[in-house]
Amino acid sequence: MKRSLLWKIEEAVMKGLMIGALVVVLGCLLLILSTVLRKGLPAMNLTMLIQAPKGGYYTGAEGGILNAILGSLYLALGATLVAFLLGLPIALHLQVYAGHSRLVEVVHLSLDVLWGIPSIVYGAFGFSLMLFLGMRASLLGGIIALSLVELPIMCRAIEEGLKMVPFELTESAYALGATRWEVAWKVVVRQGLPGITSAILLAFGRGIGDAASVIFTAGYTDNLPSSLLRPAASLPLAVFFQLATPFPAVQQRAYASALVLTAIVLTISVLSRRASEKLSRYVVK
Amino acid sequence: MTQHQAHIRVRDLNVHYGTLRALKDISVDIPANQITAIIGPSGCGKTTFLKCINRLIDLADGARVSGEITVDGIRVLDPLVDVTEVRQKVGLLSQRPYPLPMSIYENVAFGPRIHGLRDGRNLDQMVEHYLRLAGLWDEVNDRLDAPASKLSMGQQQRLCLARGLAVEPEVLLGDEPTSALDPISALRIERCFQELKQNYTVVVVTHILRQARRLADYVVFLYMGELVEHGPARELFEHPKKPRTRAYISGEFS
Repeated sequence: MKRSLLWKIEEAVMKGLMIGALVVVLGCLLLILSTVLRKGLPAMNLTMLIQAPKGGYYTGAEGGILNAILGSLYLALGATLVAFLLGLPIALHLQVYAGHSRLVEVVHLSLDVLWGIPSIVYGAFGFSLMLFLGMRASLLGGIIALSLVELPIMCRAIEEGLKMVPFELTESAYALGATRWEVAWKVVVRQGLPGITSAILLAFGRGIGDAASVIFTAGYTDNLPSSLLRPAASLPLAVFFQLATPFPAVQQRAYASALVLTAIVLTISVLSRRASEKLSRYVVK
Repeated sequence: MTQHQAHIRVRDLNVHYGTLRALKDISVDIPANQITAIIGPSGCGKTTFLKCINRLIDLADGARVSGEITVDGIRVLDPLVDVTEVRQKVGLLSQRPYPLPMSIYENVAFGPRIHGLRDGRNLDQMVEHYLRLAGLWDEVNDRLDAPASKLSMGQQQRLCLARGLAVEPEVLLGDEPTSALDPISALRIERCFQELKQNYTVVVVTHILRQARRLADYVVFLYMGELVEHGPARELFEHPKKPRTRAYISGEFS
């Protein structure tokens, strides 16, 4: 009798803790969204989206943040592309070719360490690399630094996706006389498409929201990005600079910029999920 | 046996997984154009034996193989041999069907594409031919572009058979190919095997004795990694020479 009462109390307490944790997580999300919406929506208008900052923008004059929107898209898309082109072969090698060797463990450890490195370190590394090469802050520099931030995420996430491919499936492809190359590209990649899509999404999300790695490498400019070798603005830095002004109207625009950033991430994630569903029509469940 | 030449010759085959000796000094000739059943209790090395013939054993971690297997004079276990060529000669139907993540059509076309087997032949006709051979054509000819995963389990297994045949092997291995199927689908696969033996050498692992009796022309009995007895099916089932064979086929253990 007594023990069953204890169990019930234990059950209730654990359940309470779990619900509490859920409320905290959901509450944070809702709070962030509502803050961004409440403070950002009033400042949001078409001008914000289709114009670059004009003279005196940071004191409240006319203009928009198109420079940062385009800059961020170019930076994150470019970096995600680079990270994908490097990450997919790495993940395929680890999963299809390398087997269980010491080297694989070392690579995994390195990727995990790289994942944990704060992005400002990548920024500083990229910056010193650029100084060495005699480059100036530019879109290209930002893409390179950001792709380094994204690479470990991309590799590990693709690998997790490829791990879901059943061994028997690759075995049956080998049994047909397929080479490793054919197994990797024609079977494993196709079957792993949903995982690969989420990996790209994860890396892109991390990339577009990162300020620290691009602050030295891509710089900032009020001009629209026009060349790989010129500086480019980005949304996180736009939020930072506007929030740092003493003018409430400009601070509101910072929230509007944050809103744009959130909307971009959301749109890309919905679109890529859609694309992934289309592409994974043939995936074997 | 006399009228059927040996198609697969196995000599002193040994397989170790770490310290475990999975197969011990197996030597046997597998006759051409017949169905050979490998029987024996679970864990006796049947699947390992099969995987040596098409070198899928290479994928198993830590397996060491010694001995010699020749298929049509090709020394299968020779490290210098081209494994993709071995596997093209020796097809496999596994326990559960694993269709490739593509359409029905592309599954069958996969082999001809990767091996460049078309030599001017029409791929559509090849796909139809092998789907008919596996007895699946009538059920899928109106939806060849559908994902293979949409088929039923029994259909998937026949698709895997068609896919394996399209590689144009000479030997067809089956690793308990009906064990995941319903009785009707299982029967269809068995019937396919009966027809296919005219043109292929078929080797089927099974732990169902009745299936071995129905199908086999030749039987190999393995027990704890050892080859206990082998011979023409009727002889082995009616007059087993070894006590252990007698005990197994009379159902004393399974």
